[in-house]
Formats: sequence, structure tokens, C-alpha cells
Amino acid sequence: MALDDRKTDFTFVGTRPNRPDGLDKVTGRAKFGADMSAPGMLHGAILRSPHAHARIVKIDTSKAEALKDVKAVVTRADFADVPFKPGLAGEFWNVLENVMAGEKALYDGHAVAAVAATSALAARDALKLIEVEYEVLPHVTDVDKAMAPDAPVIREGAADYSVPEGMHPNVVRYHESGHGDVDAGFAEADLVLEDSFVTEATHQGYIEPHACLGLLGNDGKGELWCTTQGHWIAQKTCAALLGIETSQLRVTASEIGGGFGGKTTVFIEPVALALSRKANRPVKLVMTRSEVFRATGPTASASMDIKIGMKNDGTITAACGEFRLQGGAFPGAPGDMTAMCAFAAYNLTNVKQIGYDVMANRPKQAAYRAPGAPMGAFAVESVIDEMCNKLGLDPIEVRLKNAAHEGTKASYGPRYERIGLVETLEAAKAHPHYSAPLKPGQGRGVSCGFWFNHGGETSVTLALSEDGSAQLMVGTPDIGGSRASMALMAAEVLGIPYENIRVTVADTATLGYNDVSHGSRVTYASGLATIKAARHAVEKLCERAAAKWDIPVEAVKWENGCAVPSGPNAGDFDPMPLADITAKMGRTGGPISGHFEATPEGAGVSFGTHIVDAEVDPETGKTTITRYTVIQDAGKAIHPTYVEGQFQGGAAQGIGWALNEEYIYGEDGRLQNSIFLDYRIPVASDLPMIDTVIVEVPNPGHPFGVRGVGETGIVPPLAAIANAVSNAAGVRMKQLPMSPPRILAALKDNG
Amino acid sequence: MDYHSPASFAEASALAANATGVTRFLAGGTDVLVQLRSELVTPDTLIDIKKIDGVSDITRNADGSWTLGVAATGAEMSEHPELGSDWPGVVEAMDLIGSTQVQGRATLTGNLCNGSPAADSVPAMVAAGVTVSVTGPDGTRDVAVEEIPTGPGKTSLSKGEVISAVKIPARGDNAGDAYLRFIPRTEMDIAVVGVGVSLRLDGDTVTEARVSLGAVAPTVLLVEDCAKAIIGSTLDDAALDALAAAASAACNPIDDKRGTIAFRTEVAGVLAKRAAKIAYARAKGEKA
Ligand SMILES: Cc1cc2nc3c(=O)[nH]c(=O)nc-3n(C[C@H](O)[C@H](O)[C@H](O)COP(=O)(O)OP(=O)(O)OC[C@H]3O[C@@H](n4cnc5c(N)ncnc54)[C@H](O)[C@@H]3O)c2cc1C
Repeated sequence: MALDDRKTDFTFVGTRPNRPDGLDKVTGRAKFGADMSAPGMLHGAILRSPHAHARIVKIDTSKAEALKDVKAVVTRADFADVPFKPGLAGEFWNVLENVMAGEKALYDGHAVAAVAATSALAARDALKLIEVEYEVLPHVTDVDKAMAPDAPVIREGAADYSVPEGMHPNVVRYHESGHGDVDAGFAEADLVLEDSFVTEATHQGYIEPHACLGLLGNDGKGELWCTTQGHWIAQKTCAALLGIETSQLRVTASEIGGGFGGKTTVFIEPVALALSRKANRPVKLVMTRSEVFRATGPTASASMDIKIGMKNDGTITAACGEFRLQGGAFPGAPGDMTAMCAFAAYNLTNVKQIGYDVMANRPKQAAYRAPGAPMGAFAVESVIDEMCNKLGLDPIEVRLKNAAHEGTKASYGPRYERIGLVETLEAAKAHPHYSAPLKPGQGRGVSCGFWFNHGGETSVTLALSEDGSAQLMVGTPDIGGSRASMALMAAEVLGIPYENIRVTVADTATLGYNDVSHGSRVTYASGLATIKAARHAVEKLCERAAAKWDIPVEAVKWENGCAVPSGPNAGDFDPMPLADITAKMGRTGGPISGHFEATPEGAGVSFGTHIVDAEVDPETGKTTITRYTVIQDAGKAIHPTYVEGQFQGGAAQGIGWALNEEYIYGEDGRLQNSIFLDYRIPVASDLPMIDTVIVEVPNPGHPFGVRGVGETGIVPPLAAIANAVSNAAGVRMKQLPMSPPRILAALKDNG
Repeated sequence: MDYHSPASFAEASALAANATGVTRFLAGGTDVLVQLRSELVTPDTLIDIKKIDGVSDITRNADGSWTLGVAATGAEMSEHPELGSDWPGVVEAMDLIGSTQVQGRATLTGNLCNGSPAADSVPAMVAAGVTVSVTGPDGTRDVAVEEIPTGPGKTSLSKGEVISAVKIPARGDNAGDAYLRFIPRTEMDIAVVGVGVSLRLDGDTVTEARVSLGAVAPTVLLVEDCAKAIIGSTLDDAALDALAAAASAACNPIDDKRGTIAFRTEVAGVLAKRAAKIAYARAKGEKA
């Protein structure tokens, strides 16, 4: 749906003011998840399974309960009876089962009991007195092994209707899509290449561990303060898990130290509330880093087979892929997303993709920027790169030849509206990076990437103050500078300075429902809602001016922060500034506010192209990323600096994922690297300056043309870096991460 | 937990000798406090040695040798005007440890006594021929650094023994040292392989050499065969290849999350060559 009230000339939008929360954050005034305290507060701690898979025979909490410092101990029995349903239909049950184990511990780190005590130390000591009798069961952590006939069954009956008969019960969802005739397409090809790829699970790696403060009375009324990407989903889920009414639980989102998708669900929040209800005191729970790694969402691991047919001129004649994703001991691995995104950048006549959602004895996967898409792009774009090498073709030319554009039938079904993939490829081709000479030992890689983007349920309220300033209440936690973008969009509509607008992330009791800050939706959806709410307020401002001038409201328009007569026939009145109207609003009809409550549907898909140079030390296998350029379509960059930040962040996380980050499990199924020392995210000195190019192909579904930019940036890096490394090393790297031992081994195998 | 801050090493030694349960000395605390907070080691007795007179001193003795107090930090070593020109390898190895914050606390002695096979300063100290003074109930003795670690987390110090000084020999003429480690990132990581080399030249020919490997065996190794491979050579390609082969042959590593056996063995040889070249250039008075 195109909007007819589109705007292209901007005063505030596109400028780069400081973020409103910046000073609070650099001075330590900002309150994060662990910064809240309450009178009489207790400290919670969670006992976790040391086994990858074990039946819980008995839990004896009596010794812990006998301690005078211990005020409550909870196990699964202290939560509501949420009914089990297969697949994602039973997501509340899945979350409950993850938050506190039921009959079985399903992974190393799975919560089995929790205590609340008068100090954090006392709580930790009390855990040691809880006796759990386990019957250890066989486990599986690898996706291909979890699908094999002899794999231990994690849970019978978890598969939904989509899974074909005869598959292992660990396969819980199945996706198949595409169009055309791939066999006919492969027959037309001059070169057909088939290959297999593997990626390990990685963690979102946000710097702030999960933390919350919960208070729940026996009257069913509660308060929760937590670090989250979405406090309404926290409210809804906690209420369901504790058997209370949603509206009786008020949830406030703290400042958030990163989420990347990993804070779109709950882990410790229901536990804090259950402890609080039992102890009748507020309970604070703060995870350690090790708990974050062991028990919160990493992304899925993947095993993938790709087959592509190409003509000698680079035209792709057919493509198919099978994507097996492991998402821990619960349904939810984004096999469907991986499959749908894998070929989405290309205009294909014949394409087929299959995705599997597979359970294994690992923590429940959580979203991580464009969940599922980076792995698929890694596999597909590696094969395309190899085909370019074999046919002696330029990788950007080949991508341009096959690129999707407006009207293309996407590999996953619909036809694209106006999209900007070709523009990113043209910009990449023209960028000095692409033609810069490489030194010996260096290689260059490119890759495209796609993500759907999302709209989602959104509520915004904008209230004007007497002095002409404005307060804007949004419900999407600010994970990337969105308060600045919201203020810019409101300023644009109202015509008042950016500094005169205060944006607050409102709590669940103050505003209508809002979906989570995910799906790259915030600047798009909360932004659209902000514009509409501001326009709603402007309508009222114009009404007041019309009444004052005694002319019809249609004869008043809003310009540069003032009501003005819409034309010479409307009358001759001086412009009436916003502050003049609000100063008298109490006497002219009462407070002026604007609202928006709806589900914007025109998010607009997004594409990017990355160029990477890598240097590989042939004697040690160590990779240095020497140059990196991100080119992505933002539709319209509201605050270009924060758009660039999203681009750079995607590249930085992608570099970690591609080179060193991985979940490492021992034979015993226990996670071996649950601290930042051995789970290697990049440090600042590992990264080159990451250059960015913002392409702006306006999204027809947003009044200012915005497309979300939060996720697409993580899609191309794995492939682009793998292509650069493979070209530098002279050997195709098919497994992530490309850690030095793996590269050195590949070099040796290659002679 | 009992906390003590004795005024002398004799007192520190007596406190340790009489303590029961788990005892730790507190130098910079960058291992002790981390292990405490992560519940790996909760000491019953903590003996802070930083209140003892002179423990932060870095002194050049009349014969050109150096005496370092056991609480002298990495930052103090790096900022010392002369220590680094005598022993750049030792200073650089210490400087690789941790971040700026960690550098303000961490010490050579703590790095040594923590007993990690991957400790960065230890191969550099072994190559340099560093000794430590050990004060115990029976007085003080000097021990070569390579005699201290006996296995991961274990040392040869007996109950009541505390290191009271670090002694670095006089550098002398035509000599240089170097330390290199392999980590997958550029900093803030733990050595997958570490190599320390110290050598002396007569003209272009290597006359003395000590080569030490870290993270490739249960303890840091002093490898005689590596020294033999280059002594008498001009560090030509054949000598470097022999050095690499000897280094790889000395490895007895484990396969773990940080690196495979094959990788560690191979890279030990690569780093031995690279470190030897740097030490050689330094001995010749070139900048490296
Ligand atoms: C963020 C971070 C990064 C790090 N990076 C590295 C690295 O890159 N490379 C590396 O090798 N290490 C690293 N470390 C580990 C640590 O910093 C070093 O081992 C450091 O040198 C320890 O010195 P310390 O003075 O802090 O020792 P402490 O923690 O005070 O003591 C360590 C051990 O030595 C014993 N000890 C101390 N003094 C004496 C004495 N006088 N006599 C007998 N025993 C004694 C203590 O009992 C204890 O067992 C890192 C640590 C952190 C926290």
C-alpha cells in the first residue's frame, strides 16, 4: 500500500543531533536492569542443571529452606499449569519449561530451582544445599546427529502438523517453498555446483546480562522492572506463567545494554516474581555472564546443502537448498526463515527451499538480528562466489545480472514492491573499495543480504505542554538510538526544535500494547505511529487556530511550527506559533494530545551488499580483516549516524561470528566456553574502520520512506568474510567460525 | 576468610606456614580475585604482600642485573626508562597481559605462581634466565623460574614459602630477547602458544641461546634442542627450520577449546622462528 501523504523535503529528519539518553549513559545516571532496588529487597539465585539431558528424580530443598537468610525457594510446582501444545502453538508452555525445568533437565544450564535470600552471597550459598537427584539420559547437541534415527528423543509429541511422516521426533517443524521447475533449470545450466556448509551457534553477546526486580503480592498484583526489548510481551508471558491477570502486572523497561533479539523473551523475570510471591518481598535477580551463555538464547546452529545452476554468462537457471537448524530443546529454530531468505536477493525462475526446525540438548535459541538469514546467505553466497571464480566472472556483475527488483516474484512467494538491491550493488561497484588493489595474501569477498522487516502492533501518545514543548510516549525500548529518531520525526511534523521533545519509553500501565523492539520495526512502526500521532495533534492545533480566527478548519494549514491560513482566500492572519496555541489550550478546549494505535503493514523489505578484504597468515591461519564496506538501503535515514551504527554493528558482529565465536560442547554435552575469555567476540583492535554507504530508496509504506535497518546488516557478513578468506587462502571455507586452527587445517589439506 | 597484610616476608611466610585450608598470597589479585568471584577458589586465608617495604621497587644493581619487587606491576615495568631497553622481551611479555586496568595491578610473580601453562611472562622469564628468591620457614633461597611451575595450577613452593624478589640477570653485550604469543584475536586473550627467545651474538653468530615455550605442555618448557639448533649459526634458513622442528618436537599439548594439538605443534615452530629473528635483530642493535 502506497501512502499518498509522503514527504521528501525535510528540516529535522536527516540531521545528526546527540541522542537524548547520551548524557545519562556516559555519566552513569542511566538505570539499567540491575540498577533498581526496593526496600526490603531480597536477592535471588538459580540452581542450574550440570547435565545436558537428565530426568529429575527428586529435588530436596529442605536444607536450603532451613537457613535463616533464605526467605523462599521455588521449583516448577510454584508456576501456573500452562497446557502443553505441539510446536510454537505451545510457546507459553515452551517458555515455562525453559524458565524452570519440569520432568527433565534439557540442557547444561537449565534452571531447576531458585532461592531468594537476604543477600546475593547467602542466595548463592543456599543453592549448594539444594539436593537434586538426576537420572542422566543420553544427549545430542549436533543438528545432523539430532535428526538421525538413533538420536535420543528430547520430547515426544513436540512436532507440529508440518512435519512429514517418518521423521525423527526431534524434527518439530518443516517448511518448503519455491516456484518453477528446478530440475529443468539445472538441465539448462552450463555449470551446476553443489556444496554443504555448517555454522555453529553464536550468542547475541549483549554486554548487559539479564537483570530484573520483581514484586508480586498474593492479591495477584505485581510490578516488574527489567531489561527487555519488549515489556508487553514480558507482561503477557509472566502473567500466563504465574496465573495472574495481565493488566495486574505493571512492567517497566529499564535502559537496555544491548539485546539484538536475545531480550525478546523472558528467562529470570517469572522466577523473580514467583520468589517474590512466596516471600512476599521484592526480589532482584541478576544473571552472571556464564548464566547468560548457558541459559539464554544463542542463535541456532545450521547444516545446509546448496545446489545452484548457472549459465556461462552468470545467469542463474535454478537454485535449491536444504537448511537444517538446531534451536535447542524447544521448537523455534528459524529453519523456515533461513529457507525463505536464502535466495531472496535473486530473480529466479526455478527455486526450491526446504527448512527444518530441529531440537537438541542446548539452550532454547532466541532471535539474533534477522534470525536464520545469515546462515543461509553464508551457504548460498559462498556457492555463487565459487561459481564466479570457476566461470571467471565478476561477483558484483553476476549479482546484478540476477538481482531481484520491483515486480520480481520473491523466492518465498510475494512480488516485491520498490526495493533497493540493485542500487546497493551499483553503489558497491562504484565504491573505491571495490577497485582498490589487494596486497599479496589478501582476498576480497562480496555478498548480498536480505531481511523481511516487520511492522507489528504499535501505540504512541504525544502530549503537548503549555509552554509548547512536547512529550512523546512510545512503547518500544530504545536499543539503538530510537528516541532520537522519534524526536526528529515528531519535530518534523510539529515544526518545533528536536530539543523541545522528550521521548519516554512508557511502562505497560501507561500506554496501549506494543510489540517488542524487534524485526527492525522501531523506526519504521513507532516512527510511523509518532508521525501520525503528531499529525493528530496538529489537526487539533489547526482547529484551535480556526476557532480563534473564526474560519473553517480546512482553511488552516500547519507550516514551520505555526498555524497559517491555507491561502489568500482564507483570510489575512499572522502565523500562530504552536506555543501560542498551547499557552491557551486549557481555556480553548483542553489538553492537546495525539494518538496512534494500529498495526502498520508496510514495513518494506531491505537489502544490503558488503565488500570485505581479508588477509590470512598462511603459517598460522589467522585472519585480519583489512577493509570493510557496508552498503545498505535504509529507505530514508532519519538519523544517519544511528543508521551507520546499525550497519557497523552488523559488520562487527558478523566478523565475530565468521571468525571466532562459537558454542563449544564437550563429549558430556556441557558448554565449555561460557565466559568472554573463551567465547571470543571481537575486541576493538580486531576491527578495521567500517565504512558505510546509506542508499535511500524510499519505502512506499512509510510517510517518510523509512525501511528498518537493524537486521539486514548481519546477513551479508558471514558470506562476504568467508568469500574474502577463501579467496585469500585459496581454499573454500565451508564451516564457521573460520578460526585459525580450521583455516590452518584447510590450508594443509589443500597442500 | 582471614585477611592479613604482613610487614615482612618472614611474617608472611610464618602466617602461611600456620594457616589451615586454602591460602593465597595477594599481589595484584588479577587471578586471585577473579577466581574468588567466580567461585573457583575461595581462600580461607588471604595474605596481602603489598604492604611490605620495597615490594614495588625496580632496581638496577651495580653488576647490571635487576631486582624487581614482587608487587611491581606490568605498567611500572613498561614505564621504567631502562628495563625495557635491557630486556624488551620480558617487558613486552608482561605488557601483553590483560588490559590497561589489569596492567595497573598484575605482577610477574602472580603470573608465575598462578601456575597457568599459558602464562605470558613465564616463557620470557625462562628465556631470560630469571631467578626468584623464595623465603620460607628455613630462610631464603634462589630458584630458577623454570623450577617453579610443576603442572597446571601447581608450583614447587611448599607450605609457608613466598617469593620475595625477582632477579633478572645483567643483559651484557650483543644480546637480545623477544616474546611472541599466538591468540586468535589482537588482545585480551589467552596464549594458544607462547615463545620466548633470548640470545647472544659474536659478530653474526649466535653463541648463547635460551628458548622457552608456553601453552604447549603442562608447564612452560625450556627447550635445549631449540637452543642447540641455533647456537653456532647465523640464524640462516636451515637453522631457523631446525629451530622450528625442535620447537614442534618439544610440544606435548592438549586438544581443547583454545586450539588443537596439530595447531599448537605447528604454530610453536612458526613463532619460534619469528621470535628468534626479533631477538637476533635486537642483539645486532637493530630496532625490532
Ligand atoms: C582481564 C584479564 C586478562 C588477563 N590476561 C592475561 C594474559 O593475557 N596473559 C596472562 O598470562 N595472564 C593474564 N591474566 C591473568 C593475570 O592477570 C596474570 O596471571 C597476572 O600476572 C597475575 O598477577 P597478580 O599480581 O594479579 O596475581 P594474584 O592474583 O595476586 O596472584 C596469583 C597467584 O600467585 C600467587 N602469588 C602472588 N604473589 C606471590 C608471592 N609473592 N609468592 C608466592 N605466590 C604468590 C597467589 O597466591 C596466586 O595463587 C589476565 C587476567 C585478567 C583478569
